[in-house]
Amino acid sequence: MTLDSYIDYVILPILAVSLLLVFIRLFKGPDIVDRVIALDLLITIGISVITVYSISTGKSTLIDVAMILALIAFLGTIAFSYYIEKRGRK
Amino acid sequence: MIDIIIGVLCTIGALAILIAAVGILRMPDFYLRLSVTVKAATLGGGLLLLSAAFYFPDEVSVTTKALAIIFFLVLTAPVAAHLIARTAYLINTGQWENTTVDDLAGMYDKETHKLHSDRKPPALSGKTEPESRPDDGPVL
Repeated sequence: MTLDSYIDYVILPILAVSLLLVFIRLFKGPDIVDRVIALDLLITIGISVITVYSISTGKSTLIDVAMILALIAFLGTIAFSYYIEKRGRK
Repeated sequence: MIDIIIGVLCTIGALAILIAAVGILRMPDFYLRLSVTVKAATLGGGLLLLSAAFYFPDEVSVTTKALAIIFFLVLTAPVAAHLIARTAYLINTGQWENTTVDDLAGMYDKETHKLHSDRKPPALSGKTEPESRPDDGPVL
């Protein structure tokens, strides 16, 4: 079993199942902060999927997209927490 | 040999991410969900990026980029988790019914959202006072 087929048939399905479980929390989430951390976790898993896919296909330029996504995840969580806190305070 | 290293790193990383996903679905409380999610997802993403750094050994730029993303994730994930947990506490997100210890109870000023470390603010003195401790210097 080569590394490419191992990644394609084992690693990527595990990540896909993880994405599905996090999506359930994103839809169910009883509170808004639950949805925020579910979104943060989705982007983190997205970084992992991009990385694994770049290993599987041998295209190393996809790593750049992962870097931008890491930036956006941090900024999104910071902005959400700032404005949610501001909304509660009159 | 390098394939075995990459395979092991990928497997541990993917399992850590799966644990994070199961944890965010099954934990009963926002704070427990947060404490499961951030650490496990950072570990998993870091290991997968490390395997990418091993996979492209002859391209130095890719290794540098992967290590930079790992550094950035490790640097920013605790900050984001702390901020969203502080926001959740300030907007009164419910806690699990079996949570018994809340060290922050009454320590936040409801108006200014400032955290008092040792003494309760006078606006919130209606609740039970903490046990008086021996003074060890002025309260900052």
